[in-house]
Amino acid sequence: MKLIKHLIAMSAIAFTAFAVAAPAPAPVGNEAPDVLVKRISNDVIETAKADKDIQAGDVNKVTALVDAKILPYIDFQRMTALAAGRFWRDATPAQKTALSNEFRTLLVHTYSGALSQIKNETVEFKPMRADPADTTVEVRSQVNVQRGEPIQLNYRLAKGPSGWKIFDINVLGAWLVETYKGTFASEIGKGGIDGLIKKLAERNQQLANKPVKAAR
Amino acid sequence: MSTRSNSRLTSWRGIVLALAAASTLAGCATGPNPRDPYEKFNRKMFAFNDAVDRAALKPAASAYKQVLPTFVQTGVSNFFGNLSDLWTGVNNLMQGKGADGLSDLTRFSLNSTFGLAGLLDIGSEAGLPKHNEDFGQTLGAWGVAPGPYLMLPLLGPSTVRDALVVPVDIAADPWAYKHPVGWRNFGTAVRAVDQRAAVLDASNLMEEAALDRYEFIRDGFLQRRLSRITDNGEQKIKFRKNIKKDDAPAGAKSIKAAYPDDPGATVPAGAAPASTPSSAPAPAAAVPSDAQNIRAAYTDDPGPTDTASEVRQWAAAPAMSSKPASK
Repeated sequence: MKLIKHLIAMSAIAFTAFAVAAPAPAPVGNEAPDVLVKRISNDVIETAKADKDIQAGDVNKVTALVDAKILPYIDFQRMTALAAGRFWRDATPAQKTALSNEFRTLLVHTYSGALSQIKNETVEFKPMRADPADTTVEVRSQVNVQRGEPIQLNYRLAKGPSGWKIFDINVLGAWLVETYKGTFASEIGKGGIDGLIKKLAERNQQLANKPVKAAR
Repeated sequence: MSTRSNSRLTSWRGIVLALAAASTLAGCATGPNPRDPYEKFNRKMFAFNDAVDRAALKPAASAYKQVLPTFVQTGVSNFFGNLSDLWTGVNNLMQGKGADGLSDLTRFSLNSTFGLAGLLDIGSEAGLPKHNEDFGQTLGAWGVAPGPYLMLPLLGPSTVRDALVVPVDIAADPWAYKHPVGWRNFGTAVRAVDQRAAVLDASNLMEEAALDRYEFIRDGFLQRRLSRITDNGEQKIKFRKNIKKDDAPAGAKSIKAAYPDDPGATVPAGAAPASTPSSAPAPAAAVPSDAQNIRAAYTDDPGPTDTASEVRQWAAAPAMSSKPASK
């Protein structure tokens, strides 16, 4: 189960990093993607480290931080579409909206939990392999933890009408979209797109009744 | 959980492994996922591991984390981590990564002596980062395909390739030769608890993030494993002996797409060589940017979401800054 543990650990950190990686206010039009990720990342980490309420798992504060600094830089709809794969085309507009909203709620909850666990981690960025003309890039980083191997945390961003946005995140080698793809496919296989939406909604309902901070 | 120790345990594990292999080979019902034909068996084993974790390992790890001072936990983790560096180094050498391998062996020497038998990780402070390699990764680096996903009793997620060489990794673990046996067993248990404790928070988070934990762990593990073998995409690997094309993790396809066999074919006109890091791996000329690889990794991509509709969608979502609507 060592690998499970690694996987778990990494996902936690990854989510944290995701959270960490997300953005700050003031959309700067021409900001390079790696600069953007770096700025959001540092901003969120510093805020979380400095705020005792966040470390204590204050739901409202954590959610506010995520809303303000991270959400504007994530293309949730695309992320959801990619995870749904070929089923996305068959979904009605209402189903698409419902699905991405529920998926976003689930991810936000997870990030929030990860955010409250930030302590002394530092993030180190690697050189980006991209051409200035590229509209899709990968930003690579690692989270240095106090003990054990660093946690790999990569982001894929695409340039859209409103600037660069993150559409997939890699924690410890696993991409978020790819990891959810199997689950989405099997839930859709069981109960259609509505079945998947229902399942996500149920999970979100359960989580809403629990504190943001993971039990220690 | 790494219960690699006394011979009784080892032989018991051997039996279980053999049983697992036998029952899988006997052909459980073929699951819908091509990478996981033994899903039925794997799910049972997963439930068993989970029960063991809930009943014993997790409670022990929680207590360990709460009771022992941090420096003791760090010492335990460093000590066993140091023992594993030796085999990691050998595997790096077998994979032809000489610099990493020598770094690992230097780490091991430093930490074993000046680091007080590994209790202190002065190697990391000296700039020798910790790696993690095992024989399954070495086989992968040599081009052996992973085969189907396989859930092992107590040891957790694996693949057929990696499961077959578990005995090699066990034999290469110095702690497996510790005498007296009582100490060996005790240390093995402590190591398992320490490793579990390190991921307590993460495992709690993951329970929340996953709709179906079995699938979540499987799909994450297979990607994670491939990423380890390719060292986060730095190594180019072409798997031979694919049992079937579809048996390779989906990630393998994107990696292959990422490093096309024909080196000259993929340089886009505008790619500035200057943007390629000088440390790029051998076939560097073919790796001007990530863009193509990223595109190749997604099917059915609708492209970036149009801002206006996205804003509308967000405005329509009530749940953002408060809890989702209550029941």
